[in-house]
Amino acid sequence: MSEEGKILLQIEHMKKSFDGVEILKDISLSVREGEVVSIIGPSGSGKSTLLRCATMLETMDGGTLSYLSEKAAYEENGRCVYAPKAKLKEIHKNFGLVFQNFNLFPHYSVMKNITDAPVVVDKVPKKEAEERARKLLAQLGLSDKADAYPCQLSGGQQQRVSIARALALQPKILFFDEPTSALDPELTGEVLKVIKELAREHMTMIIVTHEMQFARELSDRIIFMEQGIIQAEGTPEEIFHCENDRVREFIGKFQS
Amino acid sequence: MTLSTILLQLMKGMGVTAEIFFLTLLFSLPLGLLVAFGRMSKNGIIRTVSKIYISVLRGTPLMLQLIVVYFAPFYVFHLKVGNYRFPAIIIAFALNYAAYFAEIYRAGIESMPVGQYEAARVLGYSRLQTFVRIILPQVIKRILPPVTNETITLVKDTSLAFVLAQAEMFTMAKQIAAKETSIMPLMIAGVFYYLFNLIVATVMERIEKSLNYYK
Ligand SMILES: Nc1ncnc2c1ncn2[C@@H]1O[C@H](COP(=O)(O)OP(=O)(O)OP(=O)(O)O)[C@@H](O)[C@H]1O
Ligand SMILES: [Mg+2]
Repeated sequence: MSEEGKILLQIEHMKKSFDGVEILKDISLSVREGEVVSIIGPSGSGKSTLLRCATMLETMDGGTLSYLSEKAAYEENGRCVYAPKAKLKEIHKNFGLVFQNFNLFPHYSVMKNITDAPVVVDKVPKKEAEERARKLLAQLGLSDKADAYPCQLSGGQQQRVSIARALALQPKILFFDEPTSALDPELTGEVLKVIKELAREHMTMIIVTHEMQFARELSDRIIFMEQGIIQAEGTPEEIFHCENDRVREFIGKFQS
Repeated sequence: MTLSTILLQLMKGMGVTAEIFFLTLLFSLPLGLLVAFGRMSKNGIIRTVSKIYISVLRGTPLMLQLIVVYFAPFYVFHLKVGNYRFPAIIIAFALNYAAYFAEIYRAGIESMPVGQYEAARVLGYSRLQTFVRIILPQVIKRILPPVTNETITLVKDTSLAFVLAQAEMFTMAKQIAAKETSIMPLMIAGVFYYLFNLIVATVMERIEKSLNYYK
């Protein structure tokens, strides 16, 4: 099914170093509309760095990054250049990011957390933004929390609010960086359920996760990263029956 | 002099004290934010200038600064300015307190978790929007306790205006005390300062409480 969708995100030969240490070595990756891609791999392999470069929280050192064929960053004379500010602002609207530790705005109510960016950034009328937020809250099972403040919510609820906040801007692609890692085990389920529902609605998603079973059930494709490169890539079945020793060892750790 | 005339005179002085207090806050709070930005600027020159500014104004006596600000136009620039006493006091106080507030702002801003900036950035907020809508409100909550401290100190510091013979409460109390050879005016002034600060502390506590709706 996903073979037909147009390419939403394309990364070619992405490189990134910190203090002279190459963290992303040569990452190429494209994601089509409606695809769910999980990224797994050991700690320090560069998964977060990849998401941060893709969402432009970090500037990459080499390669290209494009959304819907619009180049956000590309190489010119061996240097990585970013598109002009106005264009980046447009490109920005394509994606959202859900953080491991939510990063909700503590001084805003749940409702305002969700409506503020649409109103302030996208100039959506307040009424409309609130209606949109109410729908999202209902969908994520948080209808009774609209007036609560983040500090009054459980971790699972906070993460669902942060997902609603990202969705309120109607991104075409949503990145998750270990969305359940900061949660108590009994709370991860409610967040994973929400993500599964989004997958059912064909939301395009890239999810960094340590939840192997979840990745297996949900993903169209799994990417295994190690030491800054994509070591293996394939359907869940391919990855879970992969010949590559590294992949087998890594997955084996989670199946004990 | 009867007690009621003493009280009346001191009340008048109190009015001037309150004026110095409010005008100082009015100017030093925004100026302090500006200096804090300078202190955190990417531009090395601006950063250094701000650092020196803070260091000098915090490192020298406020009384000296009052005198310098008052006499500088004449001694340095040979200017004769008309009734400059009160403006000089406000300028000196504002410059001095801005330095203290700048460091408080800076500590508050730097204590904000980077995740707040990143969340705002991914959501598409501009830098100005991020600061005004996301960062500043949280910083204000964080810095209220140290700002309260400075504000209480300011109430007492207003008495330093006596070096320029400004008729604020302390100057009045001293004059009356000398004339009447009585310590009572000074005691009354003390009570007035105390009450003023009691009000300041209560108001600040109210503001702090009003921001307690989130953690
Ligand atoms: N801002 C930074 N400055 C310096 N080094 C960094 C920075 N960010 C990441 N690194 C380094 O890059 C490497 C990869 O980090 P990254 O966070 O991308 O790994 P990860 O795969 O997400 O790991 P985890 O599963 O633990 O989240 C690590 O060695 C980390 O120390
Ligand atoms: Mg990570």
